[in-house]
Amino acid sequence: MITDTTIPTQSKKIDWAKLRADFPILDQKVHGHPLVYLDNAASSQKPRAVIDCVSNYYERDNANVHRGIHELSNRATTAFEASRQRVATFINAKTPDEIIFTRGTTEGINLVAQSWGSKNIKAGDKILLTEMEHHSNIVPWQLLAERTGAKLVYIPVTGDEGLLDLSKLDQLLTPEVKIFALTHISNSLGTVNPVAELCERARKLGVTTLVDAAQSAGHLPLDVQKIGCDFLVFSGHKICGPTGIGVLWGRQEVLDAMPPYHGGGEMILTVDFFKTTYKKAPHRFEAGTPDISGVIGLHAALDYLDAIGRDNIFKHDQELASYAYDQLAQLQGVRLFGPKIGRAGLVSFLLDDVHAHDVVTVADQRGVALRGGHHCNQPLMKKLGIASTARASFYFYNTRAEVDRFIEVIREIQKFFGA
Amino acid sequence: MSDDLDELYQQVILDHCKTPRNFRVLEGANRKGEGYNPLCGDNYTVFMKMDGDVVKDITFQGSGCCISKASASLLTDSVKGKSKSEVKELFKKVHDMMTTGHVDDEGVGKLAVFAGVHKFPARVKCAILSWHAAVAAVDGQDGPVSTENESN
Repeated sequence: MITDTTIPTQSKKIDWAKLRADFPILDQKVHGHPLVYLDNAASSQKPRAVIDCVSNYYERDNANVHRGIHELSNRATTAFEASRQRVATFINAKTPDEIIFTRGTTEGINLVAQSWGSKNIKAGDKILLTEMEHHSNIVPWQLLAERTGAKLVYIPVTGDEGLLDLSKLDQLLTPEVKIFALTHISNSLGTVNPVAELCERARKLGVTTLVDAAQSAGHLPLDVQKIGCDFLVFSGHKICGPTGIGVLWGRQEVLDAMPPYHGGGEMILTVDFFKTTYKKAPHRFEAGTPDISGVIGLHAALDYLDAIGRDNIFKHDQELASYAYDQLAQLQGVRLFGPKIGRAGLVSFLLDDVHAHDVVTVADQRGVALRGGHHCNQPLMKKLGIASTARASFYFYNTRAEVDRFIEVIREIQKFFGA
Repeated sequence: MSDDLDELYQQVILDHCKTPRNFRVLEGANRKGEGYNPLCGDNYTVFMKMDGDVVKDITFQGSGCCISKASASLLTDSVKGKSKSEVKELFKKVHDMMTTGHVDDEGVGKLAVFAGVHKFPARVKCAILSWHAAVAAVDGQDGPVSTENESN
């Protein structure tokens, strides 16, 4: 039982410049200009503490986990399970047994869709999503619907301001819905959805809920008890951790009732030629040798983030995003997406007559790393009548001066293309 | 603008992207090729009127970035009047130029403006997209082609 659930909320004086210096990669020039890295919603950079943690593991402790009796295996196993405990604290899970390590958010959703879905979804059932979901929170459910004959239903998005149209919720969230999967923060709009309120309404109808926290974990305080969902998924690489590691949290009673996902070593109790018995969660869902260095590196990332305080990080990112939004809004010929008020740390936009990929190519030549494209939100883009947007996404190591540089480059792009 | 950018977005390219030529549906077309880039959503249809083996007329429609639109526009100018084998020969030269920067002066003519694309690996697919669609059209293939087999 974990008792340390409090997340520090007191505002302390933070030396953001000192934190930025923890990220060796940021200190470089790209195409002759200082790097301005504004693609954090795709992947964050890694602090020295995480890089050192991973290399120390390989230099001193590397061995396979759980089955070994020798010293290195014991060390690796201890560090691996300590990370599980740390993740549990990070999201206020009741027990580390509710923490399943995955390859990332995508695998977490696929695991639930396949394992939980195979047992709980049948023809005629409804799966409720929102129009702002990432492809990774659409396609696994489509595959499940195809297999079972279930139906997908979507909560609409209001338009460019990118809010969920909750006036339709009573018609859409009905007892035929068996699972409601939604994103906490939209990766292309920056909308912060009222997940706790929505999960509460779902729970009253007995609907299972999954929250995609890919954009919110590591960006704001996250408490699965307060959110009240049944599953929550996120990735390590977006929150200062290594690539290839992610987390699925599920309520213990829900996980224990789920069939295995992948079969193999590590997830079994006994194997006979024709019959196998399985471990309980989480090991039931972790077949094969896991990403040990990723798990251990994730621990270092979570420690790093909580030393800053996720509420402080959220405030910082929000300030940068609002500043960028206001600056863009003052330019001619800019179409902005997502809510004006209360947005998370990213801004999505289009320039009149300049395609997002041209914006991103020119910005890159000025050292400014943006993202342009459909952001794995093709259905949403279609709904908004666009093919793509350009996006600047911020993290705590970004500065106001970088936003100014970004805006300067956008002005230059407008001039260059004569927009 | 830096040298590389000026090389990528040459005046000819900017001109063709702002004012694309032959940008319409072709009445009486008997061939059609579609190009789609799933990475960015760029989507073009190349319409052709072929008389035997020869491209009598060619137009295009669709949407995408400056590079892809200018490339499609210049393609329509370059391909008109050419035979099927000449179109395919030109495609090879253009493809080679866009991926290596090597310009075959005699072969590519004003398409040489796209040589700078090779310095921008992520944009080669944009520049080559309509060419795939045109080759599909002269080959008489139906259905969309994509640039997914293009290596970056």
